[in-house]
Amino acid sequence: MAQKTAKTSVKITPSKEQPQQPDRRDFLTTVFGMFAGVGAVAAVLPFVRSLSPSRDVAAQATTEVDLSDIAEGSSKTVMWRGKPIFILHRNAEQIAAAKRDDGAASLLDPQNDADRVKKEKWLVVSAICTHLGCVPGKGGQHGGWLCPCHGSQFDTSGRLRRGPAASNLEVPPYEFLNDTTIRIG
Amino acid sequence: MKMKKDRGPSPDILKDPAGWVDYRLPFKWLVNDHLIDYPTPKNLSYMWNFGSLAGVALLLQIVTGLFLAMHYKGDVTLAFDSIQHIMRNVQGGWLIRNMHMVGASFFFIVVYIHMFRGLYYGSYKSPREILWGLGVIILLLMMATAFMGYVLPWGQMSYWGATVITNLLSVIPLVGDDIVIWLWGGYSVGDPTLTRFYALHFVLPFVIAAVTMLHLVALHTHGSNNPKGIDLKKETDFIPFHPYYTMKDIFGLGVYLMPFLFMVFYLPDALGHPDNYIPADPLVTPAHIVPEWYFLPFYAILRAIPSKELGVLAMFASILILFILPLLDRSKVRSASYRPIYQQMFWIFAVNALVLGWCGAQPAEGIYVIIARVCTFVYFAFFLSLPLVSRIEKPRPLPKGI
Repeated sequence: MAQKTAKTSVKITPSKEQPQQPDRRDFLTTVFGMFAGVGAVAAVLPFVRSLSPSRDVAAQATTEVDLSDIAEGSSKTVMWRGKPIFILHRNAEQIAAAKRDDGAASLLDPQNDADRVKKEKWLVVSAICTHLGCVPGKGGQHGGWLCPCHGSQFDTSGRLRRGPAASNLEVPPYEFLNDTTIRIG
Repeated sequence: MKMKKDRGPSPDILKDPAGWVDYRLPFKWLVNDHLIDYPTPKNLSYMWNFGSLAGVALLLQIVTGLFLAMHYKGDVTLAFDSIQHIMRNVQGGWLIRNMHMVGASFFFIVVYIHMFRGLYYGSYKSPREILWGLGVIILLLMMATAFMGYVLPWGQMSYWGATVITNLLSVIPLVGDDIVIWLWGGYSVGDPTLTRFYALHFVLPFVIAAVTMLHLVALHTHGSNNPKGIDLKKETDFIPFHPYYTMKDIFGLGVYLMPFLFMVFYLPDALGHPDNYIPADPLVTPAHIVPEWYFLPFYAILRAIPSKELGVLAMFASILILFILPLLDRSKVRSASYRPIYQQMFWIFAVNALVLGWCGAQPAEGIYVIIARVCTFVYFAFFLSLPLVSRIEKPRPLPKGI
């Protein structure tokens, strides 16, 4: 063994004693596999992307809502990204009820009213029950909403007051463009 | 009755999961005997790449078509706009549609080359007559699929192409007109026509895939023909499919993808008609109606014959005659390389087919009609002279081996 010089080590056929060196073919196979892999991923991407929201759908990502026609104490349901949003014009009584319950033991998903509104007169929440996606209607024992599917109840701040849902109605991202217009999204 | 082969006891599912599956579903046999160790003639030229290329082209059409179908609307009021929606709004939609459009043309290019290869090397001869016949069925299915696919964008060419082609069937004696109305689902090409064409356009590619499987079963029964056209007997005449032909096919695919993607990215509409970007209008026929390029030779035959009935008959006959080609050509020698007369006939036929295609794209008047008539005559003369030619032709000596 010891007599084997550099001259014999370049033999193409590996001897039993020598560990097989990665040769040209292994290298080419690896490179081929890598190129094919990258190519396959690159080819699949446009197909995957074609299933995500198309540009016309993406363009509907924001909705502007005129608030001037919502009387105090009443609400309006608007569509944002194909889903309903409740906009409640709260009167003094409803605001007071919401603030009174801040920190109440009966809150299942404790949150202060102030953290859920930008202007306390206006409550903007998703109209999708956080249980299984039904749309709650007006009702329940807390002056807010009652889900017809499984009886979850929400108060005048959209907070969960009775199960089986596990969290408050979601507050969508929105901003006031002026006193009577908001942009959701 | 022959008993089933005794496969012995099943391997243990935990010790040998692959063996356990293979005992129930012989995937090892399928992959090994048909893709890896499958003995393939060692002298196949690049002309033998086009079978696997056609398979890839079909697969690409099915995949791109599936994703287009998720955005397309098969309704006359929505179809045209849904294509624009795919081109403008759907992310990557332009790419998928361009691939589908160019892919249809390239599928035909590949299949036509594949067929001309079979024609030159006598791949349709015993024992491969059924293999060839299944190929002709695939061609017919492809034509039907491509025709109905071209109707779906509901542009001017879609509408008038559909009107003209479906009207061909009105030449059927007695019931022709009723059949056309039945085909339309109305008294003109309309919403029912579009909807049923969409349904058929979706399902036919899977029928093509199924017939392709039969095509492969027939192919693997006697193996590939080869450029010498002689039966190979020696074991040394064959090499395993993998890695030799897997690599060659993949290399060929790489070469194929270059012009294909060039067209997809730079010339997606070069093989289509601008008129099809005008919404279908039943009141206005475009000045110059031309089918897609891959139908042009047959369209030229249709127009070359002055009688409506005979023209339609000749057009269908020009494709159906391929079925009986193995019966017409009686020569035992397969490859045209060893057939002095047939070899020349083949090249005349090939050039003639191209000229026919060119005629199909010209207006049906003057000199073009005369050229188309001569070419139609040559087209059929090629087939009909084969029984005689194969009898009088003296083939060159065949090689003993490869």
